Amino acid sequence: MRRGVGAGAIAKKKLAEAKYKERGTVLAEDQIIQMSKQLETFKSHLEEFASKHKQEIRKNPQFRVQFQEMCATIGVDPLASGKGFWSEMLGVGDFYYELGVQIIEVCLALKHRNGGLITLDELHQRVLKGRGKYAQDVSQDDLVRAIKKLKVMGSGFGMIPVGGSYLVQSVPAELNMDHTVVLQLAEKKGYVTVSEIKESLKWEKERASHVLDHLLKEGLAWLDSQAAGEPQYWLPALFSELTSRDITPEEANQMTP
Amino acid sequence: MDRFSWANGLLEINETLVIQQRGVRLYDGDDKAKLEAGAVLLTTHRLIWRDVKNHECCISMPLSQIIFFEEQAAGIGKSAKIVIHLHPTPANKEPGPYQHSKYSYIKLSFKEHGQIEFYRRLSEEMTQRRWENTPASQPMPTGTSTQAGRTRAVGIVGIERKIEEKRKETDKNISEAFEDLSKLMVKAKEMVEVSRSIANKIKDKQGDITEDETIRFKSYLLSMGIANPVTRETHGSGTHYHMQLAKQLGDMLQAPLEERGGMMSLTEVYCLVNRARGMELLSPEDLLNACKMFESLKCLLRVFDSGVMVVQLQSHSEEEMIASALDNVTDKGSLTAEEFAKLLGLSVLLSKERLLLAEKMGHLCRDDSVEDTRQDFVVGTIYALRRVRTDDARSRAPRARSSAPLAQIFTDPGSHSQESSDFSKERLQWIGARGYARLDAEISDGGR
Repeated sequence: MRRGVGAGAIAKKKLAEAKYKERGTVLAEDQIIQMSKQLETFKSHLEEFASKHKQEIRKNPQFRVQFQEMCATIGVDPLASGKGFWSEMLGVGDFYYELGVQIIEVCLALKHRNGGLITLDELHQRVLKGRGKYAQDVSQDDLVRAIKKLKVMGSGFGMIPVGGSYLVQSVPAELNMDHTVVLQLAEKKGYVTVSEIKESLKWEKERASHVLDHLLKEGLAWLDSQAAGEPQYWLPALFSELTSRDITPEEANQMTP
Repeated sequence: MDRFSWANGLLEINETLVIQQRGVRLYDGDDKAKLEAGAVLLTTHRLIWRDVKNHECCISMPLSQIIFFEEQAAGIGKSAKIVIHLHPTPANKEPGPYQHSKYSYIKLSFKEHGQIEFYRRLSEEMTQRRWENTPASQPMPTGTSTQAGRTRAVGIVGIERKIEEKRKETDKNISEAFEDLSKLMVKAKEMVEVSRSIANKIKDKQGDITEDETIRFKSYLLSMGIANPVTRETHGSGTHYHMQLAKQLGDMLQAPLEERGGMMSLTEVYCLVNRARGMELLSPEDLLNACKMFESLKCLLRVFDSGVMVVQLQSHSEEEMIASALDNVTDKGSLTAEEFAKLLGLSVLLSKERLLLAEKMGHLCRDDSVEDTRQDFVVGTIYALRRVRTDDARSRAPRARSSAPLAQIFTDPGSHSQESSDFSKERLQWIGARGYARLDAEISDGGR
């Protein structure tokens, strides 16, 4: 049935309007017109805010956190679209979207080594390095928010709580509770063995082996079968500065027997 | 700088690493120290600095030496710094890089940033003072000493006054900003409520909304960053803006897609597009919503079972991709996702998806074993071709394939053609047992 055409329809509409006004409710169309006006007003308030405090957002990570949390409380996502007011006037959008690109690039560059799993600390270090001397400093909270946005693109971005911080996953590998728990166990030393799993988690050998095999297959763990005692499953994502060092190919050639 | 002692960089028992930061240069007071390229490490007990090239050069200082510290903002050509004011040197301090210094403060210069996190963590550690509760196994010289007591008091008062003033001023700026922010949020909240009311009315059909009005409403939601599931169900999340974007992207991605075999993951597209723009970047959701509107244009958005999203050229059909996967695997006998990626010049993620697709269609079979290589590292999954068995397997050309899914029979491992040498008896049994159900019936025919 066609809407709003012809005298009969107009009369009908007027009747409906009258009825609604009687009850004191406003029609949706009228509200939309009203909203457009309110939006203009809001936009000018935001402009005023931006002119006074835009720098604060750029420079003060605490302020950014407050801002994000307040937005979340009222049901607004300032990072949803580059076309949103928040992004256009406060510049928050570009800051986080660019950070997103930098995070993706770092994860991609290291994937061959750590299988797509990296500590938030290391990611933070490398992103900072990539941004260079003259760029704005970023906090770990900033990274977390950027990562949350990247999730919608289906690339497998996620965060796993481990040892008081997080591991950032950047590949669509399926990691369930069992895998996560083993990662957490491995966090202290950077590696884990079947016996350790059996002892700490009270699992049977098969369950432990199954989980470790999955981590190996996904490229997240490396097997050291020459370790004294029993084989050790190392997680490159957890290699730290204190226990490892990047070496050049020349150095590697000198070291291997 | 004379508060530091030589250290070996190893953590003591009970000592934990809190945070580390590369690219930090040390200053003795206002003078640059020779220790210019290194990493600073904060533990629960100490502040450690280690040279980036020479790891043997490592110095440390107990946190108890610190009176207080403050940030020094970056300037033009100058990195941000943290200035740390220290207690006088204790008598029993171990030798270090400096015998004597005229300054009672040092600076950490963050040439590669990271000062925000470091400052935060240092504040936490200085508040918690964990070194007092769990003394590290080696006795650490502390910063208290009665002789220096009186001189300390005088210097400190002046410093403390300075911090207090600075804090008050910063506080004032921040509190004004927060106040303004709160007021702004109240207004934003009003907008959210209005939009909710409208959305509910649309749902309950109170009043006739035209298409135009709905579209306008959606663009208002976009501007405010308000999500609305009601309109999304009926009209999708896209707006005129996304439609335009879809057209732009469709044109822009033609060449890059061709170069990459007709397919790019959404994250690749995100990076490519935003790097090209430089400013007014797209949010991940903008990109997704635009790609969803590709419809009649030259590309389309596709979601694989794994959740991976790609943009694909219309011209690149499914059959072509599977055929190319088959060709390559047939050539080599078996392929891992990594090898396939190298062959095609694709990312590992996408090449894996193609092989999975071919597997889903019944053209390829996956050998999911975990192998030891000579370096004791583990290789991923291998994709191998299922062979068609005839009475005379040897005469059949290994490269022949039909357009229908291959018959699900394995070659007799006794017949040795080059390609089937990969298939040992154990592996066949293994694959059969893993639930490739169609194989079981055939294998039991004999030929194993």
